Amino acid sequence: MDWLSTGIAVFDSGVRLAVPLLFACLAGLWSERSGVVDIGLEGKMLVAAFAGAAAAHATGNAWAGLGAGILVSTAFALVHGFAAISQRGNQIVSGVAVNMLAVGLTALVGNAWYKQGGRTPPLEGAARFEPITLPGADAIRGVPIVGPLYADVISGHTVLVYIAVLATVLTAWVLARTRFGLRLRAVGENPAAVDTAGISVMGLRYTAVVLAGVLCGLGGAYLSVAQAAGFLTQMTAGKGFIALAALIFAKWRAWPALATCLLFGLLDAVSIRLQGVVVPGIGQVPVQAIQALPYALTVVLLAGFIGRAIPPRASGLPYVKER
Amino acid sequence: MSAAPIELPRWVDLVLVPMLAVVAAFFVAGLVVLAIGENPLQATALLLRGALGSGEGIGFTLYYATNFIFTGLAVAVAYHAGLFNIGGEGQATLGGLGAALVCLNLEGLPGWLLAPLGILASAAFGAAWALIPAYLQAKRGSHIVITTIMFNMLASALIVYLLVNVMGRAGSMAPETRPFPAASHIPFMHVVLQGLGFPVPASPLNLSFVLALAMAVLMWVVIWRTRLGYAIRTVGANPTAAVYAGIPIARITVIAMLISGALAGLVAVNEIMGVQERLLLEFTAGAGFIGIAVALMGRSHPLGIVLASILFGVLYQGGTELAFERPAITRDMIVTISGLVILFAGALDGIFRRPLAQFFARRKGA
Repeated sequence: MDWLSTGIAVFDSGVRLAVPLLFACLAGLWSERSGVVDIGLEGKMLVAAFAGAAAAHATGNAWAGLGAGILVSTAFALVHGFAAISQRGNQIVSGVAVNMLAVGLTALVGNAWYKQGGRTPPLEGAARFEPITLPGADAIRGVPIVGPLYADVISGHTVLVYIAVLATVLTAWVLARTRFGLRLRAVGENPAAVDTAGISVMGLRYTAVVLAGVLCGLGGAYLSVAQAAGFLTQMTAGKGFIALAALIFAKWRAWPALATCLLFGLLDAVSIRLQGVVVPGIGQVPVQAIQALPYALTVVLLAGFIGRAIPPRASGLPYVKER
Repeated sequence: MSAAPIELPRWVDLVLVPMLAVVAAFFVAGLVVLAIGENPLQATALLLRGALGSGEGIGFTLYYATNFIFTGLAVAVAYHAGLFNIGGEGQATLGGLGAALVCLNLEGLPGWLLAPLGILASAAFGAAWALIPAYLQAKRGSHIVITTIMFNMLASALIVYLLVNVMGRAGSMAPETRPFPAASHIPFMHVVLQGLGFPVPASPLNLSFVLALAMAVLMWVVIWRTRLGYAIRTVGANPTAAVYAGIPIARITVIAMLISGALAGLVAVNEIMGVQERLLLEFTAGAGFIGIAVALMGRSHPLGIVLASILFGVLYQGGTELAFERPAITRDMIVTISGLVILFAGALDGIFRRPLAQFFARRKGA
C-alpha cells in the first residue's frame, strides 16, 4: 500500500511536470511542421510566465494572467516569424536571440517593477488556477488501484492540464484530418508545391508560428500561475530545450509527443523523489543522471541508433519564390 | 540555412551592416531603459565611464573581452565550415573540468610546466566535448545545432554532479573544488607590467588576454592562409563543390568543430586558472552565448571579433558599474542587449541589407 501511494504521488507530480513540456512540444511541432525551426520555445515560455504572473498579480485574475502570457508569447513568436519568414533570416540565430532577450527582459523588467530580485509578488486566491475535482473522483476513491489512480492522477489538476490534453487531441486531428493540416504539413515538406497550388506559403507559416506562440503562452502561464505562485527568474530552467528533445523523440507527431512528455515529466518526478535517497547496493542515486537522461536519449536517437528521427524536409529553409 | 546572398560592396557588408545592427540594438535597448523609467543617455554615460573611465575599469573590460574573444572565435571557426556551434557554453564548462583535473592532480609540478598543461587540458576537454556532436553531424547527419544544445545541458548536469558528489571540497557545502596550487596561476597583467616597469592599476586582467589575441591571429592565418582553412571555407561555402574538389567533408567538419571546441574550452584559462583558481559552477556566465553575438557582429573575422568582444567587455564592465549607480538597470540589461544584437546582426540583417543593396545598385547603374 505504501508503494502504491508513493507510485500514485510520483505519477501525479509527473503529470504536473509534463504539462509545460507538452505545451512547448506542441508549439514546436506546429512551427517545425510548417518549416520554421524554433529553438526559442524556452524564451517564449519564459516571457509568458513573467507576463502571466505580472498580469495575474495586477488584476487578481488567473485568466487575465493567461491572456497576457499568450499575448506576449505570441508577440515574441511574431518577431521570430518576421525574421524567419518575411526577412528569410537565419532561424537558429533568431531563436537564440529570442531566448536571450527573454532571459534579459524578464529579469530586468521584473526587478524594475517589483524590486524583489526579479521575482513577482506571490499570487494568491483567484490570481492562481486552482485544482479541479473531476466528477465522481471522491465517490470511487475507495476502489482499489483504479480509484486512487482516477482521483489523484487524472482528477485534481488545474484546468490548464486538461487544456494541454485537449491541445494534443486537436493538434493530432487538425494535422491529420483537415485540409488546413494537410497544407501545413505540405508547406513544411515542399513549399514550392504548395505555392504552385496557389496557397500562401507565408500565410500558412505565420499561422503556425502564431499557434506556437499561443501554445508557449499556455505553457509559460502554467508555470507561474498554476504550478508555482508567481514568477522566478529563469523559471523555465531548460524546459523549452527538453520540449525540443521530446519533439525529436516524438518524431514531430502529436500523440507520441504526449507520451514522450509524460515520460520526461515522470523522469523529472522520479529524480525529485530520489533526491538524497540511498538505494541498497547502488548507494546514493545520482539525481543529475536522471535529469540528464532526456538530453542523452535525444542524442542517441539523433545518432540513429534507435530508429531514425527525420525532421520535416523544408524545416529551417526560408522560402524564396522563383520569379 | 539562409537564402540567396544579397550583393553589397565589401565595406558595407563588413562594416556598415554590423554597425547599423548595433545601433538598432542600442536604440531598442534605450527604449527598454526609458520604459523602466530611467534616462538612457545618462545610463550610457555611466556605462562608458564605468568601463573606460579608469585604468581599473579598462582592465576589467579587457578581462571580460578575453572570454568573448575565445567563444567568438569558436563560433566563427565552425561558421566558416557551415556549422552552427551553440555548444560553446558546454565546451567552456568542460574546459574548466580539464583545467581543474590537471591543476589539482599534478600539484607538484613547477609553474612553467603546470600552467601550459592546464591550458592544453582546457583546450583538449573543450574539443572532446565538441567531438561527439561533430562526429554525429559528419557521419550520421544528426543536426549539430540540436546535439550541441543537448551537450550544453549534459555538461551542466555533469559539472553539478561532479562538484557536488566527486570533486567538491571536503567539509564545504559550496559546489566548488579546493583552490588550485599557486604555481598554476596565469599571471595578472598588472603584475607582469609592474615587473616590466609599467605600473597599472590592479584588475583580473591576466595573460590569457594575450593568449586570446594570439589565437585571433592564429585563426586568421589558419582560415585564410592554409590549405586546411581553404578546405574549411570551401565546405562551408559549397559542400557539393568541396566533394568535387576531393575535400573530405566529414573530416573537415570534425576538425573545424575540434578547433571550435578547443577555443571555447580556453575560456577556462581566463576564468578558472587566471581568476577563480578553483572550479565552480557556472563560471562561464553565458560567455558561450555572447560568443554567438560577437561572431555575428564581427562577421566571423578575427579583427571584427576582437573589436566586438571589446564592445561586449565594455557592456559587461560598464553594466556592472551602472547597476551600482542605478539599481533599476541590473546586469540583465547586458543579456538583453546581446539578444538584440544577435537578432539585428544575425536574423534581421535583411532589413538593412536589402535597402542598402538597392541603393548601391542604383548608384552603380546611374
